[in-house]
Amino acid sequence: MTEWIISILLLIGGTFVLVGSIGLVKMPDFFMRLHGPTKATTLGMAALLTAAMIFFSTTQAGVSVKEILISLFLLLTAPISAYMMIKSAIHHKLDSIDRTQGKNNVEDEV
Amino acid sequence: MRLETRFKWLPAPILSILLFLVWLLLNNSVSAGHIVLAVILAIVIPLATGPFRTKQPLVIKPILALRHLLLVLYDIITANVQVAILILGPSKKLTPGFIKVPLDLTHSMPITILASTVSLTPGTVSAEVYPWSESFTEGEGCEQRFLLIHVLDLKDEQALINTIKQRYETPLKEIFQC
Repeated sequence: MTEWIISILLLIGGTFVLVGSIGLVKMPDFFMRLHGPTKATTLGMAALLTAAMIFFSTTQAGVSVKEILISLFLLLTAPISAYMMIKSAIHHKLDSIDRTQGKNNVEDEV
Repeated sequence: MRLETRFKWLPAPILSILLFLVWLLLNNSVSAGHIVLAVILAIVIPLATGPFRTKQPLVIKPILALRHLLLVLYDIITANVQVAILILGPSKKLTPGFIKVPLDLTHSMPITILASTVSLTPGTVSAEVYPWSESFTEGEGCEQRFLLIHVLDLKDEQALINTIKQRYETPLKEIFQC
C-alpha cells in the first residue's frame, strides 16, 4: 500500500517538474519562461519530498521530517531567484514578445 | 505596526519559533536534550544578533497569519495546476503583460512577503517595486509605491489587481497592523 502511495507521489512530482522544464523550452520569451520553473516545480518538488518522507519513515526507524526543511527553503528561495532574474532582465532591456500588454508600465531608468 | 516586543529577552518571537523548529527538524528528534538546546538557541541567537538586524514589524495577529499561510499553500497547489495547463496548451494564445499594482503597504518586510506570494501564485511573477529608494524602512508618509508584476496570461487587468489586493494584501495589512 505505501509502495503505491510513494509511486503515485513520485509520478506526480516527476510530471510537474517535467512540465516546468517543458515550459522553459516552449515559451517564446524570457519573461514567460520564468513562470514554468518558479511555479510548476514547487508542487513537483513538494510531491517528491513527501514521497521521500513516507519512504524513509516506513523503511527506517523513526519518523523522517528533514524533508520539511528542504521544502521550506525551496519556498523561500524560488520567489527570490525569480525576482533577481526578472530584475536583471528588465535592466538589460531584454525584449518581450510583441503582444505583451502594458509594456509602458516598465520603467527601467532606475 | 509595532517594532518592539513587550519582553526584552524575546526581541523577535517568529525568529525564535523558526530557530526552535529548524533545530529540531535538523536533528530529526524531539528528545528532552534537544528541546532544551533548541530553547536555549532560540533565545540566545536573536539576542546576540539583535544589534545587526534592522527591526522588523511584529506579527500582531498570529492566528490570522496561520490562516493566511494555509490559504497561500492552497493557492500554490492550484497555481501549479493552472500554470501546468497554460504551459501545455498552445503558447500562441497566451497574452502576457506587465501590470502595476498600487501598494497600501509601506514597510519593506510586508512588501517582500506580498511579492513572494505573488511570485508563487497563479500566473504571476513580481518584477520590481517602484519607486525604488534606499531608505526603504522609513516608509511612513512617502509617495505611493507600485509593484510591477509580469502575468503569463492577462485577461482582465483590473480584476487581477483587485484579487491580489483583496486576497493577499488585506490579510497582510491586518497581520502587521499597518
